Amino acid sequence: MEDIYRRIDADPRFHALARARSRLGWTLSATVLLAYFAFIFAIAFAPDWLAQPLHAGTVVTTGILAGVLVIVLCVSLTGVYIWQANRRYDGQNRAIVDEASRAP
Amino acid sequence: MNRQDTFVTIATLALLGFAGTASASIGEAIHNMFTLPANTGAINAKAVSMFFGFVLISLSITVWAAKRTKSTSDFYTAGGNIGGFQNGLAICGDWCSSAALMGVAALIYSTGFDGLIYSVVPFGAWPLMMFLLADRLRNLGKYTLADIVSLRLARVPIRTLVAGASLAFVVGYLIVQMVGAGTLISNLFGLNYEMAQVIIGVLIVLYVAFGGMIATTYVQLIKAVLLLSGATFIVVAVLAKFGFSLNGLYQAAVDNHPLKTGVMQPGGLLPDPVNAISCGVMLIFGGAAMPHVLMRFFTVPDAKEARRSVAWAATFIGYFYLLTFVIGYGAIAFVMKNPDFLDANGIIIGGPNMAAIHLSEAMGGDLLLGFIAAVAFATIVAVVAGLTIAGASAISHDIYANIFRHGKATDAEVVKVSRIAALGLGVLGIVLGIAFKGQNIAYLIVLPFTISATVFFPVLFLTMYWRRLTTTGVVVGGWLGLATGILLLVVGPTIWKDILGNAAPLFPYKYPALFSMTVTFVTMIVVSLLDKSERAKAELASFDDQFVRSQTGLGAEGAVQH
Repeated sequence: MEDIYRRIDADPRFHALARARSRLGWTLSATVLLAYFAFIFAIAFAPDWLAQPLHAGTVVTTGILAGVLVIVLCVSLTGVYIWQANRRYDGQNRAIVDEASRAP
Repeated sequence: MNRQDTFVTIATLALLGFAGTASASIGEAIHNMFTLPANTGAINAKAVSMFFGFVLISLSITVWAAKRTKSTSDFYTAGGNIGGFQNGLAICGDWCSSAALMGVAALIYSTGFDGLIYSVVPFGAWPLMMFLLADRLRNLGKYTLADIVSLRLARVPIRTLVAGASLAFVVGYLIVQMVGAGTLISNLFGLNYEMAQVIIGVLIVLYVAFGGMIATTYVQLIKAVLLLSGATFIVVAVLAKFGFSLNGLYQAAVDNHPLKTGVMQPGGLLPDPVNAISCGVMLIFGGAAMPHVLMRFFTVPDAKEARRSVAWAATFIGYFYLLTFVIGYGAIAFVMKNPDFLDANGIIIGGPNMAAIHLSEAMGGDLLLGFIAAVAFATIVAVVAGLTIAGASAISHDIYANIFRHGKATDAEVVKVSRIAALGLGVLGIVLGIAFKGQNIAYLIVLPFTISATVFFPVLFLTMYWRRLTTTGVVVGGWLGLATGILLLVVGPTIWKDILGNAAPLFPYKYPALFSMTVTFVTMIVVSLLDKSERAKAELASFDDQFVRSQTGLGAEGAVQH
């Protein structure tokens, strides 16, 4: 097993894959954290902004909409990640592992 | 049935006997079960039959699961054979405690928008779990979190830290659930509080000790389906009253509530920026690393199914949180001014925690009330079962098998210790539940989340992502962070001032996670960098193999073929 690990580790395609996957993971994480802390900061610093009605004649506020959007954003980004991982990374990963396992 | 089963059975029967003597009189208790105080003492046979239906089905599953639970792998991870969709539902069952339904509805009922914050912020844990942890957890993990960390680092000190923190997490969370459950069930079914504790304790021991992870998984599945369908039904019923106009619902809530439009805006729940950030850090990072939830990642066959689990879990949980946007305000609209649900002083019967339950009665009469009551019960039982199996695995796999027996214990011995541990945790839950009766335990929920953000998240994250991490770094940083978190919690406003009655807190913030998590990260990094020992060099050298395994899944624990 250690030999296979070494061969995979020596494969530049493996490191390219790991980089691509981690770039996607970090970009999406940063987006989520940004949205979250923006929401939390708005509660702490700009409660009046969240208290505004969305338009005349409604009691629904920016705050309610923001809450819904944060949840919807999180679910969608989770979907984006799994779609990319299944479509792209799994196949490449299998190819790299198979090749390293076959090599003498 | 072998000797250990006989032992656990006898102990469980003894607990049942204790249940009899604990309640003032069994006859009275049974009579009370058929009456709902919220319903002016009328018999609600529908609620009781649904309650018994759930118990009966879950126990039948336990009997079936017990036959399939032979090895440690069966016990901890259901043999690694659970599919991503089922696991996603089961994770939803693990995650959504009674606090998510009754607690959030109660907070919205009392404060409006501030209650919603508790639906939105904890959800941030899910995408992070998916992006940063899910694949690697499955590829590196076996039964517990400690397995991942001790792949490359020294077994005994690492397991002592992680298992110790896991037990503190489980016990803290258990108290919150047991006390909440006792109050809720005595309100719902008219049982006395102690009796409610014992019933939950006994059911949990039966599920976990005999059915292991297989039974626990199915209990959580059933609970998740019941919870999602019950909540959906309430939401559709509420919205139908307003011709499916959200604005109509919110207008009615604004008209009914003494805060008026104040229910639609932040009202000072997070009074200052430091508390706000610290609370966010605690819920997001703490939520992303809870041992009873992460343990579920090891029940699926590979990383792909682990990802599917998270995607489904995030979808169901996100959907459920969106439903709470309607349920909480629905309670304001239909319960707050309805004399059926108010006492002589105009206060809601049973307290704000009953808001969602009353709403179900207002929407669907006895039938929906009975259904939601059974859902509430299933919700609590499933969460407690998940916590118990996480605690039992920390005791049997980490402490017994790996620390005391140095990995030389046989499968049968470990399963036996797991069963005894489940029994012990069940008894401990009952005892603590009764000991904390009637106390303000809201602060206790901060403890497990703080431990999770302070110990589990930094340790897991650095183990997976940082090459230079050493055993000494983890041990010093982990214990120091844990001590800092607990100390700051004790000298903070909630315990030091409100509970111990001192004039001013020594530490000004309610949520210490931001500070204690920083202590853990900084200490682990600094100590690891300073660590020049031979062991540290070997640990550094083994990172590459771990990295390849974490990325490719090569060498990961596979599913057990039956």
